[in-house]
Amino acid sequence: MRPSGALVGVAPFFVYTTVFLLIPTIVVVVGAFADGSGRPTLDNVAALGGANSSFLPALQHSVVLSLVTALAGAVIGAVLAYAVSTARPDGLLKRFITSLCGVLAQFGGVALAFAFMATFSIQGFLTVWLNSLGLDTGSSIWLYQWDKGLMLVYLYFQIPLMLIVFLPAVEGIKPQWREATETLGGTTWTYWTKVAGPILLPSFIGATLLLFTNAFSAYATAAALISQASPIVPLQIAGTFTSEVILGQENVGKAMALAMVVVVALVMWVYAALDKRASRWLVR
Amino acid sequence: MSTRHTERRKRAALRWTVIGLTLVFFLIPLYGMLEFTTRDLINGGRTGKFWTTLVDVPQVTERYPALAEGFASSMALALITVVVMLLLLVPTMTWVRLRLPGLTRTVEFICLLPLTVPAIVLVVGLTPVYAWVTYLLGEGTVWLGLAYVILVLPYAYRSLDAGLRAIDVKTLSEAARSLGASWLRVMWQIVLPNLRTAVLSASFLSVALVLGEFTIANLFSRKNLQVAMFELGKSDGQLSVAVGLASLVFAFVVLFAMSFVGRKEKS
Repeated sequence: MRPSGALVGVAPFFVYTTVFLLIPTIVVVVGAFADGSGRPTLDNVAALGGANSSFLPALQHSVVLSLVTALAGAVIGAVLAYAVSTARPDGLLKRFITSLCGVLAQFGGVALAFAFMATFSIQGFLTVWLNSLGLDTGSSIWLYQWDKGLMLVYLYFQIPLMLIVFLPAVEGIKPQWREATETLGGTTWTYWTKVAGPILLPSFIGATLLLFTNAFSAYATAAALISQASPIVPLQIAGTFTSEVILGQENVGKAMALAMVVVVALVMWVYAALDKRASRWLVR
Repeated sequence: MSTRHTERRKRAALRWTVIGLTLVFFLIPLYGMLEFTTRDLINGGRTGKFWTTLVDVPQVTERYPALAEGFASSMALALITVVVMLLLLVPTMTWVRLRLPGLTRTVEFICLLPLTVPAIVLVVGLTPVYAWVTYLLGEGTVWLGLAYVILVLPYAYRSLDAGLRAIDVKTLSEAARSLGASWLRVMWQIVLPNLRTAVLSASFLSVALVLGEFTIANLFSRKNLQVAMFELGKSDGQLSVAVGLASLVFAFVVLFAMSFVGRKEKS
């Protein structure tokens, strides 16, 4: 069979991904620079930075939220991953924790918001319990604010994601490296700062970046928790779907979407570069 | 000898402290859900009525038609997504391995691309595409499955790629071909059975992702399980939380069972 004949075999895949992935991406990129009737314009992008636009604060909130939960989630998740890696490889504990983390990291969404409302809202069991102990927890408004409640809920899926992403790296550490360090007179401190630390660092940074994009793109949890305002970018984009379209601003949502893609693509690009470096030491 | 012993004890203590603390953090909100759904707000005390309602299928269908509809849609979506994903990926990835190794990087790039396109952005770009889908195929919720295939692409690709790496597709298919098998038969009777574990894990991951999907369905105003649950939350808080907890437990059971399946076949 000639190579051109062989190409027919992959045609369905390319057609499908063109329709459902490539075209949507092009729609966003082109639409961000077009007005309602398709003529090129910079108005959409300009509207994002306008004085009375709520986009820039939302972008700032999104970045801060993602950064804080990525860093905190990465540190806590990494410690957890190390603790789990010292457990028996095929043990129930490890299976239990990785399965639990898999659920919380990827399939939670709306249910996670419900869980936090059932726990921390004014009728939530923790609030009720603390009140019955005589502790005044104040109002529960904090739960619905992006820099308090949302951060806590995001941590609830960031830590599990870190465990899943980082566990293979921690497990790639060979006990021989520690033995070699000890034979050469190194302490636990030298082992972590001179051997294991540098080996794990690229994976750690890479995983942190992944956590950042994860929080940055998340929509479901925030949508279920916050119903009043749109303090973060995904909620703002969703708002362009439901609110009335102002004439001449039909494509502002696409400009916002493009801004999101640019941020995520930048982060993923750094991630890919680091991943290449990390895989040098770890056989996967 | 004794230093190693204390070292090990210290490490075990650290392990249990860390794992214990994080488990408490993970389990408190889940306990909160359970506690909330068993509250009897009318008479005080505890009640299991929300849970008995949930397993009573005729009653749910009658009293909460949206929930039943969302559940049925999510099941259909899971099926469609898995079937289309497998039909699309397994032959393509095998074919690329056999005849077009030059395209490996391109296919990988496309499959991992959805990781950089947040679902919310995909919704924005999919609007005109779905105008056509609705025009050609109708308004059915099940057609969301076509977009869900894109969402599961990176995860499915990784599972299948790992599976393909583990077998020698080239030798297997050449042997089959030289014995007179057609390409269809090579695919169906040679490649697929050898990829059993990878196909299974790709399918499980896809099912779990589809059952948890909210963004696209909500913004396209289609009712799947998550959207139905979200809307139920506005009118019947306790039942919706029960649905949420049940879906989390279900996903956990699937993943937990999967961790055993994968291991067994490897050894």
